[in-house]
Amino acid sequence: MLSLNGIGKRFGGLTALEGISFNVGKGSITGIIGPNGAGKTTLFNVATGIYPPSCGAVLLEGKDISKLPPEGRARLGLVRTFQNIELFGKMTVLENVMVGLHTRSSSGLFACSFRMPWQMSEERRIRERAMELLDFVGIPELAAVQAGTLSFGKGRLLEIARAMALEPKILLMDEPAAGLNSSETADLADLIKRIRDLGVTVALVEHDMDLVMDICDQLVVLNLGTMLAEGTPRQIQDNPAVITAYLGEE
Amino acid sequence: MKTDRIKFLVFALVVLLIPLPLSGGYLTNVLIFVGINSVLALGLNLLLGYAGQISLGQAAFFGLGAYGSGVLTTAYAMNPWLAMIAVALCVAAFAFAIGFPVLRLKGHYLAMATLGVGVIVNIALNETVELTGGPSGLSGIPNLQVGSLTFDSDLKNYYLVWVFALGMILLSLNLVNSRFGRGLRAIHDSEVAARVMGVNARLMKVQVFTLSAFMSAIMGSLYCHVMTFISPSSFGFSMSVELLTMVVIGGLGSVYGSILGALLLTLLPEMLRTFQDYDIIVYGLLLITMTIYLPGGLAEGIPALFRRLVPVRKVTEGSDA
Repeated sequence: MLSLNGIGKRFGGLTALEGISFNVGKGSITGIIGPNGAGKTTLFNVATGIYPPSCGAVLLEGKDISKLPPEGRARLGLVRTFQNIELFGKMTVLENVMVGLHTRSSSGLFACSFRMPWQMSEERRIRERAMELLDFVGIPELAAVQAGTLSFGKGRLLEIARAMALEPKILLMDEPAAGLNSSETADLADLIKRIRDLGVTVALVEHDMDLVMDICDQLVVLNLGTMLAEGTPRQIQDNPAVITAYLGEE
Repeated sequence: MKTDRIKFLVFALVVLLIPLPLSGGYLTNVLIFVGINSVLALGLNLLLGYAGQISLGQAAFFGLGAYGSGVLTTAYAMNPWLAMIAVALCVAAFAFAIGFPVLRLKGHYLAMATLGVGVIVNIALNETVELTGGPSGLSGIPNLQVGSLTFDSDLKNYYLVWVFALGMILLSLNLVNSRFGRGLRAIHDSEVAARVMGVNARLMKVQVFTLSAFMSAIMGSLYCHVMTFISPSSFGFSMSVELLTMVVIGGLGSVYGSILGALLLTLLPEMLRTFQDYDIIVYGLLLITMTIYLPGGLAEGIPALFRRLVPVRKVTEGSDA
């Protein structure tokens, strides 16, 4: 589904990523783990087009998307959520999801200012679909609330609903469990599995090992900007290099 | 959505009835300029209040509209309505072309670049003397006509300007409550998140910039036909600042706020005649006071004040009983 081929990223003299290559299998849940500063978020930023890579290529379903801007990648089905939830704080919860449906609708400046009949019916369709998505993540009662006032956990759910509105082929989630309590994390694990069951490939950066070991089919371990290991959760748990990176040497 | 429609109808009705008791007096004349300034402020508000992109050069588009129509209808004796449309389209094309490089900039840099556009256009209007008449202005611009009706009195011009203004206000209301408007507000809140959601931020910013230029140019054309005389000083930096003040005082991200701001800042100089030469200081003070005490502008402040007054009245009613 998503392939990274020899990705490198340098910020001035600092090498943040070097020689990262792996595939995210279609329909899988892939976890990207590693200690702080390993380059996980940078890797997401490169994959979604927020930073251009210094070298290497990003392939979505075999197609090179390295040159596309974030909105172009979103249109092809590569969607992400953010570590520190990036909601549109001054808009309502429902409107946030409706922005997510931007790529699933087409009314432009003229149709919108003149309220063309097709624009009105599209608007109704967007609104209904947005409500369905709020149902899916379990916060339909918050539709009219201003997004900036949500708790972190609810904000996370909204961000997922908004990302799902794009009908992603692959959803990249940056630390989805960060800031969540244990019951919220359990609900999140369930939600991620339901997303996978809808046929969406999921890749997530995560520190919560219990969550990662529970839901991931495949793990990639980064350390200091390079790939340390790749494999199933069980293989990774027994990998001596990984244990050294996390716990330090004797 | 239905209450929005009723609100607009009430507003339109008020606008259309106001001049009747005034019987074409001095206040009608001032209210013509309130209409022009409302649309100029509204155009800037779409850009600044909704999309979050500043422009300190809005007066340039207003000026280009005015001079475009002025020159074409005097020196070239072109049909004024045709000239208005042609000029507005040219100004929009100009804004679209400069929009791509200029709107890549953010914050202070964007402010400086748009300021530069405003200054350059103003210098051009001053220096191309053969075409524009230079600093001494351009006179003898004809009034607009529809059939045998000539817009030559304040009352007629009031309706001319406000019919245009109401149309643009209605279209803007539609726009901000739509997919396009949501995209703009999303860009304002978090451009990165908006782009990741598939919103083409770069294009939408240029589109709204172009729209604001188009609206300003139409108002420029109307202005020159209403005034029949124009000079570059009306389209300088101080006009751009005045428009910015209207938007901030009226309420960022509020269509009706733009109109309130335009109303206040157009009436204020008339009321504060003694301040005439120091009006820029009064604007500055107003801007500072408003941003400190009423960051939401009049559009937020008036309903808040109303809410604060209503419970007070209930308490007195209770004590009476």
